[in-house]
Amino acid sequence: MATIVHEPPRIEEQRDRSPLVSDSGNGGWRNLVPADGELRLVQEYAPPPSSTGIWVALAAISMSFAALTSALVVRKGGALDWRHFTLPSILYLNTVLLLASSVTLEISRRRVATFMGGVRSQVASPARWLYLTLALGLLFVAGQYAAWRQLNAQGLYLATNPSSSFFYVLTAAHGLHVLGGLGGLGRVIRKLNTLSLRRSTLDATSRYWHFMDVLWIYLLLLLWAKL
Amino acid sequence: MAKFFAVTIFVIAILSAIPILQHTWWMAPDISTHGALIDEQMSETMAEAGISFLASQILLAFFIWRFSGARPGEKTKNFPGGAKTVVWAGFLLVGAEVLALGVFGVKAWANIYLVPPAANAMPIQVQAGQFAFYFRYPGPDGTFGAMHPDMISEANQNFFGLDTDHDPDAKDDLVTAEMAVPVNREIHLLMHSKDVGHSFFVPELRVQQDFVPGLDLSLHFTATKVGKYEIVCTQLCGLGHYNMKAYLYVMSQEDFDNWLKKEAALQ
Amino acid sequence: MHDMSAHVAHHAPPTSFIRKHVFSLDHKVIGKQYYGLAFVAVLIGMFLSWLMRIHLGWTNFAIPGLHLLSSNGAPGNVMTPEYYLQLMTMHATIMVFFVLTTAPFAAFGNYFLPIQVGAEDMPFPRFNMMSFWVTFVGFLVLVASFFVSDGPTLGGWTQYAPLSAVGTVGGPGEGMGVVLWAASIAIFCVGQLLGSLNFITTTLDMRTKGMSLWRLPLSAWAWFITSCMGLTAFAVLMPGCILLILDHVAGTSFFVPSNLVINDQLQPHAGGSTLLWQHLFWFFGHPEVYIAIVPGMGIVSHVLITNMRRPMLSHRVLVYSMAALAVLSYMVYGHHMFVSGMNPISSLAFSFPTLIITIPSTIIVLIWLGSLYGARLRINSASLFALGFISMFIAGGVSGFFLAQPSLDIMLHATYFVVGHFHMVMGVAAMFGIFAGTYFWFPKMFGRMMNETLGKLHFWLSFVGAYAIFMPFHYLGMAGNVRRYQAFAPDYMQPLVPLHRFITVAALLTGAAQLIFVYNLIYSRFWGEPATDNPWQGTSLEWSTPTTPPPHNNFGDKLPEVYHDPYQYGVESSMGDYVMQASPERVETVSDEA
Repeated sequence: MATIVHEPPRIEEQRDRSPLVSDSGNGGWRNLVPADGELRLVQEYAPPPSSTGIWVALAAISMSFAALTSALVVRKGGALDWRHFTLPSILYLNTVLLLASSVTLEISRRRVATFMGGVRSQVASPARWLYLTLALGLLFVAGQYAAWRQLNAQGLYLATNPSSSFFYVLTAAHGLHVLGGLGGLGRVIRKLNTLSLRRSTLDATSRYWHFMDVLWIYLLLLLWAKL
Repeated sequence: MAKFFAVTIFVIAILSAIPILQHTWWMAPDISTHGALIDEQMSETMAEAGISFLASQILLAFFIWRFSGARPGEKTKNFPGGAKTVVWAGFLLVGAEVLALGVFGVKAWANIYLVPPAANAMPIQVQAGQFAFYFRYPGPDGTFGAMHPDMISEANQNFFGLDTDHDPDAKDDLVTAEMAVPVNREIHLLMHSKDVGHSFFVPELRVQQDFVPGLDLSLHFTATKVGKYEIVCTQLCGLGHYNMKAYLYVMSQEDFDNWLKKEAALQ
Repeated sequence: MHDMSAHVAHHAPPTSFIRKHVFSLDHKVIGKQYYGLAFVAVLIGMFLSWLMRIHLGWTNFAIPGLHLLSSNGAPGNVMTPEYYLQLMTMHATIMVFFVLTTAPFAAFGNYFLPIQVGAEDMPFPRFNMMSFWVTFVGFLVLVASFFVSDGPTLGGWTQYAPLSAVGTVGGPGEGMGVVLWAASIAIFCVGQLLGSLNFITTTLDMRTKGMSLWRLPLSAWAWFITSCMGLTAFAVLMPGCILLILDHVAGTSFFVPSNLVINDQLQPHAGGSTLLWQHLFWFFGHPEVYIAIVPGMGIVSHVLITNMRRPMLSHRVLVYSMAALAVLSYMVYGHHMFVSGMNPISSLAFSFPTLIITIPSTIIVLIWLGSLYGARLRINSASLFALGFISMFIAGGVSGFFLAQPSLDIMLHATYFVVGHFHMVMGVAAMFGIFAGTYFWFPKMFGRMMNETLGKLHFWLSFVGAYAIFMPFHYLGMAGNVRRYQAFAPDYMQPLVPLHRFITVAALLTGAAQLIFVYNLIYSRFWGEPATDNPWQGTSLEWSTPTTPPPHNNFGDKLPEVYHDPYQYGVESSMGDYVMQASPERVETVSDEA
């Protein structure tokens, strides 16, 4: 979908290294620059809050999945009722879809960056790639649901066996976070279309989305190894 | 008001210490072979904790007394030695103190948990269930019969789910609601939970251990003094938790043998 | 020049009532909402404790009107054993989550962290607003369990499996009550995670020009460190609660082993691990108690410094020590499980970090004491509660020496010794931190002073009362008084009942004394003496706001610029013995020796 504009949108300055009152040349992160010996006017560089924010959020999400991983390991180790099963093959297709969505997201992100830098020629495509990412993400979620149906057909439900319990819990937890990511992507698309998108928002959303990939690879390996 | 506060802190600190020093409310006397190390550890810890408590409260009180109220012209002073002294004091005094406690405490703990039961320890099984303890003695054949969870029935008084009709080992098992042990004899207590989490606590015996459903745990002890004691549950298990207890009788060997005979007749 | 600290969506001041007071994006309003929530919660929690204490002193006493609270929990106004446990569980859950995590951290932190770093608001105001409302919904879900047929869960705030996971067969409240409890806590975790997100990002990215990390006040450091703990701890409890709910409603067996027989029925679950719940819970649970106390340490340090008219002996050592507490708090959690049946070597392994955590705690107390030396201490309600905090923290902390050792835990686990320990540090010290913060910051938040006479009276009654209540708990514990008992059935506990009655009387009197605070709070809010911008002659940025209470964007047209360390007291300036952080005045300043 093309968005026709005549001007590149106003860019958000992320890295504003304004000079110090008395700059002795090393303005930057956490340094104390003596202004004139007595008064110390300290200058700090701060990254955009959404960047810090997303790392904080990813830390919390990682802890939750770490907790679920320990639960899985303990539960498997403690009892004799763990029944292995083969992972539904559609999971591998879903993985490819998710990885592809990260690729399309990166393409889109670079195009937006160029666009914001003032190059008009790439106007239409960032949105297109974002929509593609969104579609791939939705396909991933649909594919996960299909995987669940495949397991159901084998008679493996949430409570059937601890191994299947963890399969559903882990994929559901990941899937919910992916849905959140899709919401974030939707918001980015809306802001791009209304020309109110900030670089920092796009970067943060992308980082979250890529993390969903990394998390999924980790979960897939865990499930493959343990289930 | 500052001075009044200082005095209050001082008085409260002293008053708090009195029941401890007097042992007004204290642990029951130890009747176990492993308890002496625990009691010694307790006394040492009490001394260190007590001194730390009194010293710091008194220091707090003194400083509040001395350094409150602005005297005109008086400037603030720094603690002699500054923060460095304080940090080193913290590390050295407390660090040494707690490490000492930790290191010595290992011995008391290891003595109980890392020493296996003696080969001739008498096995007794205790089962915890909402809201009673039941005990099982293996009987003359020295073997416990198998437990069948599906056969457990309080209604039929088959607390352990024993198949006395078909299982020869189970026929001579003794199931009782009270625990008796001969004095000066090591007991190997096999712990089993029927339903939820419970715990086995006998203060005089210096023994406390949770029952964990799904895990077969055990502990061993030797009682050194004849008497009647109480076993209480200390892991919240439901509405009857407060009432979940059983009596432990430590008896002479002769009395114990008589008790076994009496219980066997009642089975 | 681009204003770097204004990455906040500059939200214009709200106009409608709903936007101003209900769904507000303003961190100050959100802070006050959290305070209000904690206030309601503490009154409920305290009321529950009165009911519990009356029952413990006089088990068969018919408490007038109790049947109105629950017809099957108190037939004829006499509390049933199960109802006691249900009230106890709710008392603890409400206090730990909705008072001790909410007031010192979410309430004061939300209000003052952005101001103390010199920002207009937090960077994610909508997430911040959501964090309050999500927490509030969590509270409603918890309270709802009072109104389901079976009543609230009776399994203690620790909800150990399998009792918490087997369902209604386990006892009254173990069906819907547990599900509501677990759902409430999971929702609470989400709310607090959103809050931690804002706190961390505010501290790292929203500091105004000149505000380096080392120029942050100790309260700001405490909130920052606490939010880091919250991030990791709540993120672990939430999946734990979800697994517990699944064991209830979906027939899974995460926590319930096989072959359980309840009421002569073999339970359908199989293979789950009882200890798994304990590990997941306590991995959260231990950091949680530091989440409850560290903001108090920050607040108390902040209040004390202002009233001692000198900075702490070492600002940096305090920060490092609080950070050390936070890090170590993750390594000690197994001390709640010494006799749980876990590997005895693990018990020893957990006991060493537990003993070592004494070191930063002691250093913090010694720095406070060392800073009192040579100070020019002012006595007012806020400083009294701050000093009381120190006394209570010492009292509660030394019992930790005992509980850190597995061999002693054999005698003290699950006794009133433990209950005494955590009530002194959490129920008293942390509460005193909240009181200190209230008396200190009330003028800034509401533009009025609280009544000093009533404040001091409140302090005296609370200080003496709290010792009278909780010191005896330690004696009871030494004598083997088991906890979570609704009545003292064992023979050896009979002689302890008189001491319980003494405690009950002390508790009711001390509880009544809190009504002085309630009255003072409400009266002063509307009719208190008008406050100036800086009634305590403080130096940190909250005292530099152009109006009191601060305007919508905290600092008006221009964000402050910071020229000084946070606690320049004992200097000679045009204002007296202090210079404010935002003041460009050049004075001979005190520097940290560390």
